[in-house]
Amino acid sequence: MYGRKVKLRFLFVTLILITLILTVFLVLKSLEENVVYFQSPSEIKILTELDKSKIRVGGMVKKNSINVNSDEVNFIITDFKNEINVTYSGAVPNLFAEEKGVVAEGFLKDRNFFSATKILAKHDENYMPPEVKEALEGK
Amino acid sequence: MIYSVTGHYSLILGLCVGLALVYFSIRNFRNSNQLDTKILAFSFLQLFFVLVSFISLIISFIISDFSNETVFNNSHTTKPLFYKISGTWGNHEGSLLLWLLVLTIFIFIFILRTNNQPIKYKILTVGFQQVIIIGFFLFLIQTSNPFNYLFPVPDEGLGLNPILQDPALAIHPPILYLGYVGSSIIFSSALAATTLKIVSTSWAIHIKKWVLISWIFLTLGILLGSIWAYYELGWGGFWFWDPVENVSLMPWLALTTLLHCILVLERKEILTSWVIILSIATFTLSMCGTFLVRSGILNSVHTFANDPERGLFILIFLFVLIFLSLFIFFFFHQTNKNNSYNFFWLSKETSILVNNWFMMYFLSVVLIGTVYPIFLDVISSQKISVGPPFYHKLIAPFLIPFLFAMAIGPSLKWIRSDLKDKIYLISLLIISILISFFIVKNFNKNVLINTILISSALYLFYITLRDFFNKKYKNFAQNTAHFGFSLLILSILFNNLFSSEIITNLRVGETYDNSKTKIVFESINQKKEKNYKSIVANFNIINSKGINNNLSPELRIYNQPNITTSEADIKTTLMKDKFIVINLVQNQDYFNVRYQVKPFMLWIWLSVILISFGGLMSFFKKRI
Repeated sequence: MYGRKVKLRFLFVTLILITLILTVFLVLKSLEENVVYFQSPSEIKILTELDKSKIRVGGMVKKNSINVNSDEVNFIITDFKNEINVTYSGAVPNLFAEEKGVVAEGFLKDRNFFSATKILAKHDENYMPPEVKEALEGK
Repeated sequence: MIYSVTGHYSLILGLCVGLALVYFSIRNFRNSNQLDTKILAFSFLQLFFVLVSFISLIISFIISDFSNETVFNNSHTTKPLFYKISGTWGNHEGSLLLWLLVLTIFIFIFILRTNNQPIKYKILTVGFQQVIIIGFFLFLIQTSNPFNYLFPVPDEGLGLNPILQDPALAIHPPILYLGYVGSSIIFSSALAATTLKIVSTSWAIHIKKWVLISWIFLTLGILLGSIWAYYELGWGGFWFWDPVENVSLMPWLALTTLLHCILVLERKEILTSWVIILSIATFTLSMCGTFLVRSGILNSVHTFANDPERGLFILIFLFVLIFLSLFIFFFFHQTNKNNSYNFFWLSKETSILVNNWFMMYFLSVVLIGTVYPIFLDVISSQKISVGPPFYHKLIAPFLIPFLFAMAIGPSLKWIRSDLKDKIYLISLLIISILISFFIVKNFNKNVLINTILISSALYLFYITLRDFFNKKYKNFAQNTAHFGFSLLILSILFNNLFSSEIITNLRVGETYDNSKTKIVFESINQKKEKNYKSIVANFNIINSKGINNNLSPELRIYNQPNITTSEADIKTTLMKDKFIVINLVQNQDYFNVRYQVKPFMLWIWLSVILISFGGLMSFFKKRI
């Protein structure tokens, strides 16, 4: 039948194929698990069921809504149609201020309350995250 | 005004010289017995024009000439002189001019320093390089001219983003660009060598110097960026798997792989296609980096406001380059039939090849994590981001065999080898596993994976340490780099395991107290500098052993642009960093305080320096 060399090569190719398939599977699987979706307050309002996974919410920090006490920062994110209350205990970035764009990462408690685990910093006061821009433009 | 005009026309002249150079190199290529001196002269002329243009931009910045739009957008009269100068390349237009400057410097040095290579090869490399240079000239003049004129002339500029006003970030772009642009030389000469079918050992020896140069600068550039992010952004970490960071890591991975392949090619004419593909990939990834950072496509926490139309230009340019290189690769590349790929399973070549595959795997993980969100946005307009767990999960397990291969590989012989002193190797392995188990045991999280990770890093550490004594000066450079890498992985692992963090909101005079650490917010005082006011907060931190530490983080409120930045106060010791950063939330009397204890931070920086030092030694090493 086939020589030893051909058999070896066949084995080799199969091995490589299996590894490749395994790797692709592994990558896709963990991509699925670790992806964080972005949503605007309006999108959250119309959610049919609440997601248990981590999401990002973006929009403007509502005027006069920031309230700090010794272990929490509370504020409201708005996209000028709907808003959502955010509680956060952690470090806030420098450019976090009222009437500025913000992206908060964390978990939804219900459609009106969001518990953030991270607030993202921006380098540039003119910079608006593309998602926030779109959310504000009412896409 | 006069400087802007000078700069602008120098750019146009430089472009003309570029076109002339393409013409000369084609003519010279047809009837070449010796290098046309015009090529050298014109390259020098081009370098001169770009330099004039760059210097006039610097002068415009120094004298705060606000009739220049770039200066107006990025400078201010009250800014310290040092940052006026570094502001030149702290913005999009200026940084591209710097790219161009480095491109022309490198090709000039290439022409001067390349001996022992066929004349045709030199000419062709110049030709390819000029295609890249002309592309950048057009890009600069068309979409991002640094010398746009403003009228009426404003009295005051908009100022440089304060977080860029920092010594590490002042030198970060030039160093990183030296690395990026160095890969353009590798790209052009790989294409030239493929066309002429001279991809051989002597070419490998010649190109290795260039690979090493770009590799060293890229390593240091990434290090500087990382250090800056650590103390300036106030997140207390050194790597966030942010897209902007990833795009600098990808060329680094490709370049490191290339460096190892070149080592093989230096001895045996194998892996030629691999080397060519990697050379093309490295430069393409560097270009992609520039494209992604500058186009605003990336959904990154580092992103600066910018203009998508520029992105389109770079994208088209990128496609032209990729198309050109693939065309050359498929039609001109010939594998050498005489040398068959007969690898013995236990040899240096095999271990390098194995490590190459791992590197390629790491590269694709980073690539997928960075590009997938963009891809998904385009096809389904869903906004997502890929977080650090994705990378950790996919990279950490494969780091283990990677580290083992790195430990054993260098001591193998070329062609065919067998393992000597097996008992020694195994006993070292057992020692590493035992030590790491005792370290990790006290922390109840992920004991298994951490133990294995630490033991593989420790193993590499011991082996390289032993080799320093065993091998005298043979392979000293390689050993230093690998030793540095083991140190880096160890420091990162320990840093991850032993870091602790306290985040709280405090008013002046208040005290935070948990059982281990007490943070006393003693007082604040105000300072006034030339272009910012600052609030300095004084903290007294008392740990469980009763040791006091006074730390004074700072908040700086810059006048123009009106931005507040936090300056972390870091107490660095040999074993750990104490890091504190504050932030004031608008209209509130609470300060947001973040206190971290980060072990082995210093070692992370030192080990990266050690790695690039290994590269430097290899650069100066005479080939035996």
